[in-house]
Amino acid sequence: MNETSLVNDSLVAVYSAMFVYALAFIFFTYDLAKRMSEGKQLTAAPADALVSRAGANASAGRSTTALLDRPALPPEVTFKPRRSTAARLGMVFTVMAWILHVGGTVLRGVAAHRVPWANMYEFTLTATAIIIGVFLVMQFWQDLQFLGAYITGFVLVAVAVATTSFYVDVVPLPPALQSYWLVIHVFVASLGTGFYGLGAALSITQLVQARREAKGLRLIPGVPGAQRLETLAYRLIVVGFVFWTFTLIAGSIWAEHAWGRYWGWDTKEVWTFIVWVIFAGYIHARATRGWRGSRSATLAIIGFAAVVFNFTIVNIYFHGLHSYSGL
Amino acid sequence: MASTPSSDKGKASGQGTASDKDTELGTPEPETTDPKRPSDHFDSDDTEVTQPRLGPLGYLRFFWRQLTSMRTALFLLLLVAFAAVPGSLVPQITSDPNGVIQYKQENPGWSKVLDFLGVFNTYSSVWFSAIYILLFISLVGCIIPRTMHHVQALRTPPPKTPARLDRLPGYLSTESVDATDATVDEGIVAARQVLRSGRYRTRIFGDSASAERGYLRETGNLVFHIALVGILISVGFGGGFIWTGQKVVPVGQSFANTLSDYDSISPGRWFDPDGLSPYKLTLTNFVAKYDESNSADFGDPIDYTAYVRTQVPGEATKNQTIKVNSPLHIGGTDVYLLSNGYAPVVTVRSPAGKVVFSGPVPFLPQDTNLTSQGVIKIPDGLAKEIGMVGFFYPTECGSGTCGVAPSSVDPRQINPVLTLQVFTGNLGLNTGKPVNAYSLDTDKLTQLDGQGTGKKGLTLTPGKTVNLPNGLGTIEFNKAIHYAGLDIHHDPTQFWVLSFAVLVFLGLITGLFIPRRRVWIKAVRTGNTVHYEYAGLARGEDPRLDEAVAEIARKHSQLLGISMKP
Repeated sequence: MNETSLVNDSLVAVYSAMFVYALAFIFFTYDLAKRMSEGKQLTAAPADALVSRAGANASAGRSTTALLDRPALPPEVTFKPRRSTAARLGMVFTVMAWILHVGGTVLRGVAAHRVPWANMYEFTLTATAIIIGVFLVMQFWQDLQFLGAYITGFVLVAVAVATTSFYVDVVPLPPALQSYWLVIHVFVASLGTGFYGLGAALSITQLVQARREAKGLRLIPGVPGAQRLETLAYRLIVVGFVFWTFTLIAGSIWAEHAWGRYWGWDTKEVWTFIVWVIFAGYIHARATRGWRGSRSATLAIIGFAAVVFNFTIVNIYFHGLHSYSGL
Repeated sequence: MASTPSSDKGKASGQGTASDKDTELGTPEPETTDPKRPSDHFDSDDTEVTQPRLGPLGYLRFFWRQLTSMRTALFLLLLVAFAAVPGSLVPQITSDPNGVIQYKQENPGWSKVLDFLGVFNTYSSVWFSAIYILLFISLVGCIIPRTMHHVQALRTPPPKTPARLDRLPGYLSTESVDATDATVDEGIVAARQVLRSGRYRTRIFGDSASAERGYLRETGNLVFHIALVGILISVGFGGGFIWTGQKVVPVGQSFANTLSDYDSISPGRWFDPDGLSPYKLTLTNFVAKYDESNSADFGDPIDYTAYVRTQVPGEATKNQTIKVNSPLHIGGTDVYLLSNGYAPVVTVRSPAGKVVFSGPVPFLPQDTNLTSQGVIKIPDGLAKEIGMVGFFYPTECGSGTCGVAPSSVDPRQINPVLTLQVFTGNLGLNTGKPVNAYSLDTDKLTQLDGQGTGKKGLTLTPGKTVNLPNGLGTIEFNKAIHYAGLDIHHDPTQFWVLSFAVLVFLGLITGLFIPRRRVWIKAVRTGNTVHYEYAGLARGEDPRLDEAVAEIARKHSQLLGISMKP
């Protein structure tokens, strides 16, 4: 197979993925709309009702019998996941689209004989594939179908912008990018972006739920309460923060190799630093009285907005050394 | 200071905060093993009290407490992020000096304001420094007491078992019937065994075992923050030992690592010119490869390699290469290949045929097809001082094909052309003041040919000789060769910054992901039955606390031969 046909296959896969993401988005949105319109109150069920105490049935075994006494589970854990046909279809389409998405990204790398994240188009493909990947893997621990509309919508828009505005042909790497750090630094940056993206999604949902809780409105059915969402968002964001810290360190090492200094306040370095500081602020906010809850969630959302700004506006419009968009 | 918040589980399930839990459960013992946190930390037990009237010392203490509080740290952190923004919007002197000059020309009024505020030098400006220095003072003010406290906590055994475990997270209980006095003892011995094997620090209180693990969490947290201070100190104090120099070396020429041989050098405060290691390197060849197979990026560079012969005193000469991503380490310096271009080799002769100048003159690339601009200065040897300004086109398109003005259409030398305009007058080279070799101030010079004079400028191709205007002599364009723009850096902070960065990373991972938790196992005997109770308490974010307690209960029961049913 020659390169041109591989590049074309990759594009076909990406376009197909976009189509299937669009389907997933429609079903998720329908599901979300239905949830919002459902009148049933679903606040925390009385804790006792959910507990099955296994007491009083001490069966005569040998000399010892045992019984496990579980106290009431916190209500946040016991919210009922709600699975509608629409949401299930949304998940199925998301998985299909993701397979096409990953396939298209891998083909692009095969065609270019290198990792598929050397310019903005490829980076967008990889980072969004990671967002969806983490979203899908997370389902094993936590039902996140309520995020489906947001996630597939975001990824659909990102990939659409990438294919229309960021697309560049496969070309050899310029000398400054010929380094193994391209593999490490940029991949970890996209991992960080993926985790921050999901964290921000949860934080947005948290704000919505918190407002409903504060106003005494019913919560969105099948969506955990604000507190639980905050915990989930926090766990994703600290992982993102670790990746981001690594990105900064690896980037400094690479900058030293390529440009002769590890830190020079290049526009991209500045913004990567700003993002790091915002999320450091987020972690501190979560530990500061009066800053938990909605305030720290807002910081997480601002942080992810800075990530997107760093990737789009800074790459395209700011003058700096990281001008590898290929545009 | 980023100390991680405690698990939400205990809070959400209506069990109150750590402080009221302790009073409720009757554990008066102070929490000496807890990390010492600022008073407004989420997990801190301090409650706000009405302040008495303060004396001067009291005020000092008050401000110190304010500065080291979580809220101030958070505010300063966000302020750092905010203050870093303008420096990315406006070109910086350190990273883009030409951009600053251009910006000032385009916005003369506004740039005066920015200049006054130091925005062109944001990251060393007074206000930016003030913010991060305050942040680091606040940080140090938090680290020191917290480190001392943690050292003490490391030597303190776990606290007494709470009176009631059934309200704590992860609570489980099992039952053993037909118990004797020995059963309880046996159970506690087994408890100690299980907890120790789970790397818990365990202490026995009568019929219960109290255990704690994850002290490394606070250690990691402290290491992370101390290493950040380490980076700041390395950069702040080590920065004076950094120096960077630039040298343009045409193929065939050499560079000796002495102060006089640099084109330019920016020495740090403690730069010692005598400390330069006396090595020499010769650029034997330079190869630039351009993409010729793809139409999408035809002519874009795909490789630059500088081949150098290095001579370090007392060592054999070596042939080495310098590439963009692989600098050369030599004599305590790093030599980077940061730019390259063409240097036309010209020979200037007097009317009598005497050679007054001969050699390569590096020209600066202006675009991706390496249209290059340069200046040739001949201060001596001719009837008048002359300066020549011109362009070198590696592949001149040919007028008619690409328009009237000459332009380069390929970075390789396919149709090399050199054009020059000749000026005469005082070049200012004899005043002793340093002069930029790449520019010619033509304001006070007389233009002899080219644009606006009615005479055609000089156009040369390789091997061609033309007359200089006014019978001043001749100039021959022999050929154009490559040059390498080398940056020579000495940066002793690298090692320290990298080491601290590694510590930052390791500290971050341990500080965030190692759970700090307490676990208790208690035997309660009622007649013939013994109830074993298990419970835990998260000291910081701990998503797996319930699982961990259940696992301990399972192991303990297994050891005692109690079968557990869900």
